[in-house]
Amino acid sequence: MFGKGIIKGFIETARNFAGSYHDPARMVTLQYPEEKRALPENSRNFPFLVFDGNDPIKGLRCVSCKICEKECPPQCIYIVNERDERGKPLKHPKIFDIDISVCMSCQICVEVCPFDSIKMDQAYELSATERFKKLILHKQDLAKSNDYYHRIHPTEADAVDAILEAERKQHEAKKSAASSETPPAKQ
Amino acid sequence: MESIEQIKLRIEQAIPGVILEIIANGSPGNPASIRVDPEHALAVARFLKDDGQLRLDYASNVTGVDWPDKVAQQTVKVLKMVDGVEKEFDAKVETREPGFLEAVYHLYSMELKHGPLVLRMRTGDRAGQTHLPSLTPLYRSADFQEREIYDLYGIIFDGHPDLRRLLMWEGFEDHPMRKDYAEPDDYEFEPTAHNQVLAKARRHYPPKASNG
Amino acid sequence: MADIGMESAVGISAAGDGAGPGYRLLAKESPEEEGRFLEISMGPQHPSTHGVFRMDVLLDGETVVRLKPVFGYLHRNHEKIAEGTTYLGSMPYTDRLDYFNSMTNNWAYALAVEKLAGISVPERAEYIRVITAEMTRLQNHATLMGFLLQDLGAMGTPLMYAFREREKILDLFEAVSGSRMMCNYMRFGGCRVDLPSGWLEETVRLVDEFPGFLDEFEALLAENEILMARLQGVGVLSAALAVNAGVTGPMLRASGVNYDIRKVDHYGIYDRFKFRVPLGAHGDCYDRLMLRLLEMRESIKILKQALKQIPSGPVIDPKVKIRNFKPKPGEAYGRIEGPKWELGFYLMSDGSASPYRYRVRPPSLINLTVLEDLCIGQKVADVVVILGSVDIVLGEVDR
Repeated sequence: MFGKGIIKGFIETARNFAGSYHDPARMVTLQYPEEKRALPENSRNFPFLVFDGNDPIKGLRCVSCKICEKECPPQCIYIVNERDERGKPLKHPKIFDIDISVCMSCQICVEVCPFDSIKMDQAYELSATERFKKLILHKQDLAKSNDYYHRIHPTEADAVDAILEAERKQHEAKKSAASSETPPAKQ
Repeated sequence: MESIEQIKLRIEQAIPGVILEIIANGSPGNPASIRVDPEHALAVARFLKDDGQLRLDYASNVTGVDWPDKVAQQTVKVLKMVDGVEKEFDAKVETREPGFLEAVYHLYSMELKHGPLVLRMRTGDRAGQTHLPSLTPLYRSADFQEREIYDLYGIIFDGHPDLRRLLMWEGFEDHPMRKDYAEPDDYEFEPTAHNQVLAKARRHYPPKASNG
Repeated sequence: MADIGMESAVGISAAGDGAGPGYRLLAKESPEEEGRFLEISMGPQHPSTHGVFRMDVLLDGETVVRLKPVFGYLHRNHEKIAEGTTYLGSMPYTDRLDYFNSMTNNWAYALAVEKLAGISVPERAEYIRVITAEMTRLQNHATLMGFLLQDLGAMGTPLMYAFREREKILDLFEAVSGSRMMCNYMRFGGCRVDLPSGWLEETVRLVDEFPGFLDEFEALLAENEILMARLQGVGVLSAALAVNAGVTGPMLRASGVNYDIRKVDHYGIYDRFKFRVPLGAHGDCYDRLMLRLLEMRESIKILKQALKQIPSGPVIDPKVKIRNFKPKPGEAYGRIEGPKWELGFYLMSDGSASPYRYRVRPPSLINLTVLEDLCIGQKVADVVVILGSVDIVLGEVDR
């Protein structure tokens, strides 16, 4: 019968239409912003800096080694080291800027960081009204606490905490072995 | 597929006067390539395509490579007369090895399902003698790829049915993929926050010779 | 259309050097031809050209006499950027080449670098690569069919059905790699991270439900009279021209040539899976569409086998350096059967941290070589259909 194929198509469309009222597999619309999709744990958007404890300045894990700045493919990170009065570099960044209008969320900065101090955030509601000021995130915008990290990436944060704990124990064992044998070395 | 030495022998037997050279590949497990002289390239490609054992009828990839001039500085001892006494001085001598442009063809066989055979052709130099024969009459897949090599490197393919720029707009001068391409900075653009960030970041590292 | 005397009336002014004469389809207008042919430009802003793509079409009434594709609107000179970036730094840029299939782009690049440096990949990583590649193939073919029907005028309904299934696959990609489309997941020597818990069960559920969607789509399409009238006999590609023009993938197989790189090159672990390679008989648009449906069914077969056989173990070779990765000088060409066609990467290393020559063999560009041959003699409306069945993505054409 001519037209049979079209009628079969119409049956399928009708099934989808009717199903969109009661069948959860066909009700796919999400009423954003009242409903938000639950993001999977690994989801990533832009980077952020992790600090331990409550103090975002003293607890910041970043030691300003500049490896992430070098490895970033679109070169969107800008770091300036903190120096003390005599000009000696301290292990703390004075300026840490990420230009999120350039950042492509590739996660290479996270992979190369040797101190687990930069991780990927999940926040995506970052629209700004002004391009040149609001879309560069500075150190104070980027620093978020370890508890926040545990909330957004629980498995990953637990693994990182375990690694850091093991490293700290190793470091303390070495220090106590060294101080018991020799006089305290110049720090 | 036969080994590359056997293929070279058979091509030399079939096409008199051809100059072939096997260029070894530094990385193990990857095929070496055959360099063909431009006069006989079309004949060699036709032989490879029609030969019963090879039947290389599919040109998978046509690439251009830029080898700039190699400038080496050597310090040589030179004798000079100073105050009537012959003395030895150190003089810097610059040796310049001419560069060339290269076209690389990866040939496979869809009929016999083997491959690849890598063919290379080199131009005379990078400025005046940049003509190479086009393999488009034999392999239609080289059509757009040779146009792209012309656009980005400047190799002129003789015998190509329609050699125009492909990716850059018509009227564009210069060839972007060459190693000495200088990006023009006289265009208008709106400064973005990134430019400041990039300029600031670049001051940390020694200036690179090429455009990173 | 050869009796018009095309050769005399129409000619391309071939430029021999950089500043050639302005490009026009009609080289000379003789008095009797004047006003007979209409030269129109389809694109670059066009809803059906799958990106910023322009076609200069010469029409005699409604029939296409000559067609020249013009592109370069999305040219980002990815190859030159890669010469200034490290090997790993180019990996996120390969996501953006064919932005629908980022996992297979990553795999092709990782394969080329692994060939260059002689790195081997652990078992579990190979299985993960096959699983993600076949899922990419599923979502790419579903998207393509949806877009082709959209171009035909089906006003978005089949497109939304296809996207509904695609969303499930993209959610799985987000769970494993962190990002839906720009995955940046493959590394040299394996994959970046292991699968999260529960991912394999979700994938098994998706693979079990997918054939239901395929049946639904087939019921929508296969016997539809409008589809058959518009697609059958349109844009016939002969096998000889396809082989000569370097066409690969579903377009080649729709013309009857049995060449699937998964079976020819034996890359990865595809030898362990039993699957067939569907071939078409006529080489027209209908064959290309239905072939993709059949390929989706074969992908489901591969997925079922891979999901059952996947072992546990490491997912990356720990000896491969992430920073200061410097392969020895040499060259390598790695190619895979991507969902669109053969995607190849040609890498030349000179021993430093950035490649000396980095070349993407762009399948969409090479398949466009035959666009003119397919469209000559067809009507203008068929040009859109043929372009849709060729399945290009501008990120790959222009790089």
